[in-house]
Amino acid sequence: MAEENHAVIMLRARFADSIISAKKFRDEVTVTVRKEYITKICRFLKENLQFNFLIDVTAVDYMGKAPRFMMVYHFLSIQSKERIRLKVPVSESDPAIDSLVPLWNTANWLEREVFDLFGITFNNHPDLRRILLPNDWSGHPLRKDYPLQGPDREPYKGRLA
Amino acid sequence: MANKETMTLNMGPQHPSTHGVLRLIVELDGEVIQKITPDIGYLHRGVEKLAEHRTYHQAIPLTDRLDYLAPMHNNLGYVLAVEKLLGIEVPERARTIRVIMAELTRLKSHLLWLACHALDIGAMTVFIYCFREREVIMSIYERVSGARMTTNFFRVGGLSQDVYDGFEGDVQRIVAEFPRHFDTYEGLLTRNTIWLQRTVGNGVISAEEAIDFGMTGPVLRGSGVDWDLRKDDPYSGYENYSFKVPVGEGGDTFDRYQVRLVEMREALNIISQALDSLKPGPILADAPQVCYPPKEAVYNTIEGLIHHFKIASEGFPVPEGEVYQGVENPKGELGYYIVSDGTAKPYRLRIRPPSFVNLQAIEKMSKGAMIADLVAVIGSLDIVLGEIDR
Repeated sequence: MAEENHAVIMLRARFADSIISAKKFRDEVTVTVRKEYITKICRFLKENLQFNFLIDVTAVDYMGKAPRFMMVYHFLSIQSKERIRLKVPVSESDPAIDSLVPLWNTANWLEREVFDLFGITFNNHPDLRRILLPNDWSGHPLRKDYPLQGPDREPYKGRLA
Repeated sequence: MANKETMTLNMGPQHPSTHGVLRLIVELDGEVIQKITPDIGYLHRGVEKLAEHRTYHQAIPLTDRLDYLAPMHNNLGYVLAVEKLLGIEVPERARTIRVIMAELTRLKSHLLWLACHALDIGAMTVFIYCFREREVIMSIYERVSGARMTTNFFRVGGLSQDVYDGFEGDVQRIVAEFPRHFDTYEGLLTRNTIWLQRTVGNGVISAEEAIDFGMTGPVLRGSGVDWDLRKDDPYSGYENYSFKVPVGEGGDTFDRYQVRLVEMREALNIISQALDSLKPGPILADAPQVCYPPKEAVYNTIEGLIHHFKIASEGFPVPEGEVYQGVENPKGELGYYIVSDGTAKPYRLRIRPPSFVNLQAIEKMSKGAMIADLVAVIGSLDIVLGEIDR
């Protein structure tokens, strides 16, 4: 159970009202937290719980659900060899969240990629530009309403169509 | 104070030492680097988006094309992630062959790294030698999977087919012969004055900075952090092998060179242990709803044909949930984060590319250095653009 996990107990004790849920699936702990507390919780993870390594920052688009986006952070503790996943809901009407660059430099490009492909902006990010796509690109391809073949093109119907 | 002007120099995307289509905008004061702005994305194919529209099996060939110098590792991470979602166990023989192929891949990738890194700094001979050895591994690749680079060999639940007769002998020959070749490379480089002058003290990054920048793989170990997923978070049976994890001290280009050379020797060590434990047995998990039937059944029975056709056309449903699986790719931690909504296609496939994350620190590593040393730093990062741009 996720509730027996040391990190989850510590997070619950410290940030009781900012944690939405804690789950364990296939031995992986996922904690869903509120957006406003992301920097505080990440600082706590880094400084008090030894999760010193930010492995990955990404997002998932749950189109049709509210809130639409989910930011996903993967942390690793080199000391205890544990991993934890943090998820933060982000709404479509206000797709912005605080940047983690003040805590980890690696967040810089990873957040730029999320901005590029999902259109989520990061407050206090030092250099928020597109990274994989050209600067004049319009749209955010990893959103579910972005067509696979690209905008203004007929969908591919197969070789014989 | 005199007016100080800097010069902006464009390097790439067509430049022989940027290892692909990497473009760097370098600001120089004389020959000293002041600022580097990497410009990436020239090879962006939208692999993550494409995967959302394919079944789980159809996404395997997409992963070959990420780090095309280590395709088996990309396959491995992906199939492990899907297997974790499904909760299926892979038979012993398939796991062992996966480890052998993964370590051959590590050798192949490191050989290419050494070849290009040495060539960038001006050592032509090493380049030719490394390509000669790499060719041996490529021929094994070709006989095992039918392809030299885009192998698509692993399947969810095991392997696409068993290895050919005589595979053990071919691999055994590599284990026996390669140490001699490594001695040659080290003889050519390790005490070579020009090599030392170009690599020692160049591109230094400390352990704290490497962790701050999220660097993994030989770069992190070169800075003195003992972290290898094969040891610290084992997958695919790596816990059964004994091997050393090399760790550097200073975090400069020379440390990373040494770490990778020891890793190549340790890869041989793992391969030889895996060969010893290789026993006959099934190569696919006992999970007919997921795994393809054997080819004999497909060609000779109607049930087998239907079974094959169903999996090839519809795929298989995967339980709702999300998993992250990291593997120790030759470049660093390659991670797959898969979100499943219960259908036959991944709802979201996120690839955590080690080269992308490692490249980010290039300005930190080469600021204040000479422009010529930048080439050595790029080489020692061992990036591959197929994975950075995805």
